[in-house]
Amino acid sequence: MTDASIPHTPARVSLIAPDERTRKRNAAERRFRAYGLAAVGVGLLALVVLMASILGNGLSAFRQTYVTIEATLDPAILDPKGQRNPDDLAKVSTIGYGRQIDAAVSAAVARAGIPTDGLTDKQMSGILSKEAPAQLRNKVLADPSLIGQTVPLRMLANGRVDGFFKGRVSLASAELDSNTSPEQLELAGAMRAAGLMEVGFNLGFITWPDASELRPEAAGLGVAMLGSAYMMIIVLVLALPLGVAASIYLQEFAPRNRWTDLIEVNIANLAAVPSIVYGILGLAIFINFAGLPQSAPVVGGLILTLMTLPTIIIATRASLDAVPPSIRDAALGVGASKMQSVFHHVLPLALPGIMTGTIIGMARALGETAPLLLIGMVAFVRDYPAAPPEGFFDPASALPVQVYQWTQRADPAFVERASGAIIVLLVVLMLMNTAAIILRRRFERRW
Amino acid sequence: MSLLKVTVSTLALAAVSAGAAAARDNIQTAGSSTVLPYATIVAEAFGENFDFPTPVVESGGSGAGRKKLCEGVGENTIDIANSSSRISQSDIDLCASNGVTEIMEVRFGYDGIVFASDINGASFAFTPADWFKALAAQVVVDGAVVANPNTSWSQVNPELPDQQILAFVPGTKHGTREVFDEKVILTGCEESGAMEVFAAENGGDEDKAEEMCMALRTDGVSVDIDGDYTETLSRIAANPNAIGVFGLSFYQNNTDKLQVATMSGVTPSVDTVASGEYPVSRPLYFYVKKAHLGVIPGLQEYIDFFVSDDIAGPNGPLAEYGLVSDPELAATQEAVAAGTVMGPLN
Repeated sequence: MTDASIPHTPARVSLIAPDERTRKRNAAERRFRAYGLAAVGVGLLALVVLMASILGNGLSAFRQTYVTIEATLDPAILDPKGQRNPDDLAKVSTIGYGRQIDAAVSAAVARAGIPTDGLTDKQMSGILSKEAPAQLRNKVLADPSLIGQTVPLRMLANGRVDGFFKGRVSLASAELDSNTSPEQLELAGAMRAAGLMEVGFNLGFITWPDASELRPEAAGLGVAMLGSAYMMIIVLVLALPLGVAASIYLQEFAPRNRWTDLIEVNIANLAAVPSIVYGILGLAIFINFAGLPQSAPVVGGLILTLMTLPTIIIATRASLDAVPPSIRDAALGVGASKMQSVFHHVLPLALPGIMTGTIIGMARALGETAPLLLIGMVAFVRDYPAAPPEGFFDPASALPVQVYQWTQRADPAFVERASGAIIVLLVVLMLMNTAAIILRRRFERRW
Repeated sequence: MSLLKVTVSTLALAAVSAGAAAARDNIQTAGSSTVLPYATIVAEAFGENFDFPTPVVESGGSGAGRKKLCEGVGENTIDIANSSSRISQSDIDLCASNGVTEIMEVRFGYDGIVFASDINGASFAFTPADWFKALAAQVVVDGAVVANPNTSWSQVNPELPDQQILAFVPGTKHGTREVFDEKVILTGCEESGAMEVFAAENGGDEDKAEEMCMALRTDGVSVDIDGDYTETLSRIAANPNAIGVFGLSFYQNNTDKLQVATMSGVTPSVDTVASGEYPVSRPLYFYVKKAHLGVIPGLQEYIDFFVSDDIAGPNGPLAEYGLVSDPELAATQEAVAAGTVMGPLN
């Protein structure tokens, strides 16, 4: 049947006034647009709420209250034998240095003429961090000639005092708080007015190691950042060459048969395996069988490598696949070998895609906590790992682990720290993803 | 080709350095999340006062820590397991089968378990019987065993406020739950006389009666918290009517948000737990693998330091954080210094 055989009665349609059917179609399109916009809006709203809560809680972690006082280092406390013998000096524990600091604080307060409301020396120095004696001890052990001199000391204020200046702690809440008192906070306020205390940028949050629950103000991300960096180095060095080599072979050289199909399906499966499974595998193989140490970035890096490999292989194969066959044919046509065609022509063109896939895979690995749980990296680690390669075998923590640990601590000051750590983690992830996008925009070629 | 070279040489480097990295020079500990804060405080002080590296402290739970301890002897196994409950015979057997035959048991103090509610809510004075009647799945009403009908605290005990019953108790994986079951629910079961009725129901079988006592209701009134005390705290902030179970030290760090309930008329504090007046407390332990003493540098110094008066004594930093120091600490110090191995469980 042809169109011509149908009796043709043209409908009376106006091009200006839409008919019923057109109106329906237009309405359907408008509804779809509205749904789409609503979906984007919900996503954005969730992001805004998340960012507002994290930034609201966490930005204050980057500011910290410091106390600066002049202290006369009493030889009777710090070097009872008077020989300045390093071994004798090391015998004086932080408890001894604590007494020195008690004395220094009360002297400084008296010099500044601040009324003390009957606070004892011990209570007065309670406005300082418990980290202070350790800082002073390290300073003195590094330079014993300081003993007997009057030196300026810049120390951390206690977490509650810090919270007072940041608005987290009030005089009313201090009344109920067993760890501080309103008198101590008033003293801190007076010391700030007298210039003995100031709130400044908290570089230590980035560089210091973790600290125990008694001194939240001294807790930092140093060890966690090093641990994460070491693991990323291992992932990059192992996963990139392995993944690229595997993809090139599978994509360009391997015959298409049942075996390669099987391998392909399994790689796709591996990419979806929950990360905790890799942790169990890592514990069994790397620690129990191979005898690698616990809590070490090398084991974490190896596990994350296994986890990232499928992602990199899939991304690399996709970008190799996207290079048009004409490039290969042209190379082969002018007499290049198969390998030359791959390494001289196909691979360079696929490189932006490979880099993007690698960076996104690594960003995912950076945020993983679950596989690290089983290999002992979810731990309190205070010593910095050494420089690589030995440092790969020293205990370390990782950025997401630090967030996880801080959210479990009892002291409310750790809430701020945990949110601060999330900010740092997000910034790192954002930088990595931006790098991925820039690489793609810059070097990607379209055909 | 260069790619292949890089890969091969990296793998070779990794293999060589794996062989080189043998001797571990830091102490590794793992275990109870209740002991974790104490262990980190000690580790931190140890690291800053001694020339040894700061010990690595993992959490993960008492049971998991003891299991890790029992994995065997060697540098890739942990040295110390922190535990908020005593080691069990099955752990000791597991240890023995893996060659860990000598374990030192060190009790370094006590921890109180407290019941706390929102600071702006009503105050409570509990007895164990109140908790049993409020939370048990089955209670005795007029001599008959019935499913728990109570919905408000005043129904449980007319002296308590008329407030809806909602309790956040630690999940079963926590050591705290064991103590809660035994020292609060079971005691309450006995005190209220329900135990005898349950035993009679079961033909005199006491074990079955105990089981009946400790079965908590599942209608949403008793909520198991598998996370940490921070989760319980945030749930209470959202639900001001609820009552949560906390460690004494956690409560002491959050006294501006929580008020604590008395138990049998005693207010929980470091003093009342130490004197034994406050009934709900438990000992805290750590278990040391003796085969690692003298092999892992600093291990003996660390355990000596842990139980020293400066740290675990009544004026030390652990007590400041909420540990109830052990009145028999001197005996513990001697045992630790002498390296006394624990005998069979009694």
